[in-house]
Amino acid sequence: MDLRFPDATPTLDEVQALDSVLGPSLIAEGWEREHGGAHRAEALRHRLLPSLHALQDRIGYISHGGLGELCRRLDVAPAEAYGVASFYAMFSMEQRPPRVAHVCADLACQALGAGALLDAVQAECGPPNQTGVAGAWQPSPCLGLCERGPAVLVTEAGAPAHEAVVAPAIATDVAVALRVGPRGLGAEAPVVDAVPQASSPEGRSALVLLKRVGVVDPSSIDDYRAHGGYQALRAAAAMGPSGVIREVTDSNLVGRGGAAFPAGRKWAAVAGQPVRTHYLVCNADESEPGTFKDRVIIEGDPFSLIEAMTICAFATGCEQGFVYLRGEYPRALEHLQHAIESARSRGYLGANVMDLGFAFDIEIVRGAGAYICGEETAIFNSIEGYRGEPRSKPPFPVEAGLFGKPTVVNNVETLVNVLPIMLHGGQAFASIGTPGSTGTKVFCVSGSVTTAGVYEVPYGATLRELIELAGGVPAGRTLQAVLLGGAAGSFVRADEIDFPLTLEGARAHNTTLGSGVVMLLDDTVDLPTFLRRIAAFFRDESCGQCVPCRVGTVRQEEALVRITLGQRPAAENVHDMQVLRDVGRAMRDASICGLGQTAWSAIESAIDRLGAFEGLSS
Amino acid sequence: MTMMHETPVALPRRAVTITIDGDEVKVPEGATILDACKVHGTDVPTLCYGDTLDPVNACRVCVVEVEGNRVLIPSCSRKVEPGMVVNTDNERTRHSRRMVLELLGSSVDLSAAPNVQGWMQQYDADPARFGDANTMRTVQQPVKVDNDLYVRDYSRCILCYKCVDACGEQWQNSFAITVAGRGFDAHISTEFDVGLPDSACVYCGNCIEVCPTGALMFKTEHDMRQANTWNEAEQRQTTTVCPYCGVGCNLTLHTQDNTIVKVTSPHDHAITSGNLCIKGRFGFQHVQTFARD
Repeated sequence: MDLRFPDATPTLDEVQALDSVLGPSLIAEGWEREHGGAHRAEALRHRLLPSLHALQDRIGYISHGGLGELCRRLDVAPAEAYGVASFYAMFSMEQRPPRVAHVCADLACQALGAGALLDAVQAECGPPNQTGVAGAWQPSPCLGLCERGPAVLVTEAGAPAHEAVVAPAIATDVAVALRVGPRGLGAEAPVVDAVPQASSPEGRSALVLLKRVGVVDPSSIDDYRAHGGYQALRAAAAMGPSGVIREVTDSNLVGRGGAAFPAGRKWAAVAGQPVRTHYLVCNADESEPGTFKDRVIIEGDPFSLIEAMTICAFATGCEQGFVYLRGEYPRALEHLQHAIESARSRGYLGANVMDLGFAFDIEIVRGAGAYICGEETAIFNSIEGYRGEPRSKPPFPVEAGLFGKPTVVNNVETLVNVLPIMLHGGQAFASIGTPGSTGTKVFCVSGSVTTAGVYEVPYGATLRELIELAGGVPAGRTLQAVLLGGAAGSFVRADEIDFPLTLEGARAHNTTLGSGVVMLLDDTVDLPTFLRRIAAFFRDESCGQCVPCRVGTVRQEEALVRITLGQRPAAENVHDMQVLRDVGRAMRDASICGLGQTAWSAIESAIDRLGAFEGLSS
Repeated sequence: MTMMHETPVALPRRAVTITIDGDEVKVPEGATILDACKVHGTDVPTLCYGDTLDPVNACRVCVVEVEGNRVLIPSCSRKVEPGMVVNTDNERTRHSRRMVLELLGSSVDLSAAPNVQGWMQQYDADPARFGDANTMRTVQQPVKVDNDLYVRDYSRCILCYKCVDACGEQWQNSFAITVAGRGFDAHISTEFDVGLPDSACVYCGNCIEVCPTGALMFKTEHDMRQANTWNEAEQRQTTTVCPYCGVGCNLTLHTQDNTIVKVTSPHDHAITSGNLCIKGRFGFQHVQTFARD
């Protein structure tokens, strides 16, 4: 390729930032392309996303000069790199203050007063997205801190960059953060606070996947081993790759990210592919509003994920694993990075894992603010350095996934389920829960609830039992509705909560468990505002690739705004309700991926089950 | 891509039988549902499909129902499988096609897109139903005129990705343009939206060749449309051989009032597949410069 690069020159800061991820640029320009050619460029492409992070982290935005230098080093066309960078919400393509406070405006925080917080921040710090100041703030989609909202993430560019979260936050926290930076904020609450069951012995005894959170030191591999760590990998090694797949198949474990695909079938499909290399991608991009279980697992027990990934790699012949971690999780990143380094230095990752004669290593890829990258094929494009747009299937990931090779892509929670399966066997695992939904499930209970947090219960507990476990709605309030599965899920009424939380139970009740979001709305939550937020979320997060979703999410939001804001004749509302249904049906039927296909689900259920706009259209 | 006058030298392909709207259709293995529909004589609308490009299946106007699938399937990219039962024209597919046309029609200027007005009528599409034109989000914007050869009118752009693919690895390998931004704000752009003269554009015009909506247009055509002198009915098309080098690319000269107004190239040409270079595409002024200065 004979690429044309812009004339703008990078600053020393930007050169150093790129050096830190790509190594020093020793080679005169032109040499690389002559001697490496297209193959070399292809081999470097997946460094694009980390390099963009490096530039953003150093100066707070992506400049012409910085992008140009990056393109020269990676042999990527400037237009392409611009297309990738501008895809992600966390990258700014215009000069921006070094300090930015991301104030969550999303669903769970909204039930906890995010609206008032946003108003107060505006009053105290001025309008959002200011320039020419030391720090600016902006509203943000769900930050995954739903158990202690309203939440704020503060980033500060520099060498090194700093990030911190503050939750629950008040406007003064944001003002302080913008004035002195994230280091001026208090320490983050302990991880275990997000697991209410861990506060009592009988609650703790029910935990399987979360049992080590708050017990084990997440920074110590020895402590992990002292608490039963790496016994599952030994058991896996003893039964061999096909034995592992047999047990996982027998366990009936299904994916916990939302699609509920049988894990054993996925693993067997990849293991049986003669093509090499095989890749393992751990999907830790949990961006569904109201989902924060993977964050708690990674922050509280990072080695369990590493061990589970190693078992999966052993069984399916994967040589390289990637954890695609959402960009808004500073503590999870720190804990996981440290855990991977210690596992590597102790021989639990690397060329000969535990002397078992197989090679496996893990790389963390930081997301950059794009819900769509949690889609199982968009995640591949993002890791490879392309725009995070979903691919069309077939081919499926087990045939041609990351870098075009057979790939296992599993959610964090799905993977850590493999540990009890290895220790106790697939049959024992399958005896927990119901025949159709085996094992335990981690639910993220948030919104108007006495004790928000992640709750682990066997499949089959009823929604009412789970809500009672979390203390129900705060005293003096009444339950209005429950949103199951997040923005892509659906509502159930307060009188519908006696069905079992199983895949089949949810299906029978015409709803979904999705990724395990259980968001409570009490009588103080304004449903129309809540629904507008759902619509705005999908409008913001659509990747823009296909017409039904790109334009449909916009038309859906516009119609919803017209229906819910302002007085209108009923006939106009009837017209717009039909617009909603027509657009929703086309999005469900004709969108490329699950984002568009579910962008209307929650709003549809609010209309049909909660009777959201009954008074307006008659 | 098999061209019309190419002689296939590969092994014969197995035939696959599928059912389209109740009729059995036999097509070679590897064909798409859209190919099969053409064999069957079924009309399927397409916008982002390009006969010289890999399908991106982004516009979704060609969706069909394949029995056993939860969602509708883009016919332009899905390969046939033995025994597939395809419904191209039932209430469900008509609904999605109508909505795609309405959604596009409500946000993009489709007046220069061939066939679209006919499909709008065929599918009973009413893009005006989404409410007040002043509050609806559209992609309205001024035309970008930053060079003498062609203009970019992104208020006509449906984001079919064809220009990006033609500029990039599928044909020209210039990589001057990309899809930037996300969601409704996604748009075709150079890096930091610099003008074409500052970009990697080589003015081959292969993006114009594949643009389905007139968002990319010869400056001559743009100027004539502005002056209300563009009259396609009076134009003649003459296919000839490019005189500039030895490759022998075919040029189709579009002439109006005995003046060349734009140049295209036949897509079924085995060597060029509709692609040209700057000279063949834009270097026609000397033909109509009669005076010797």
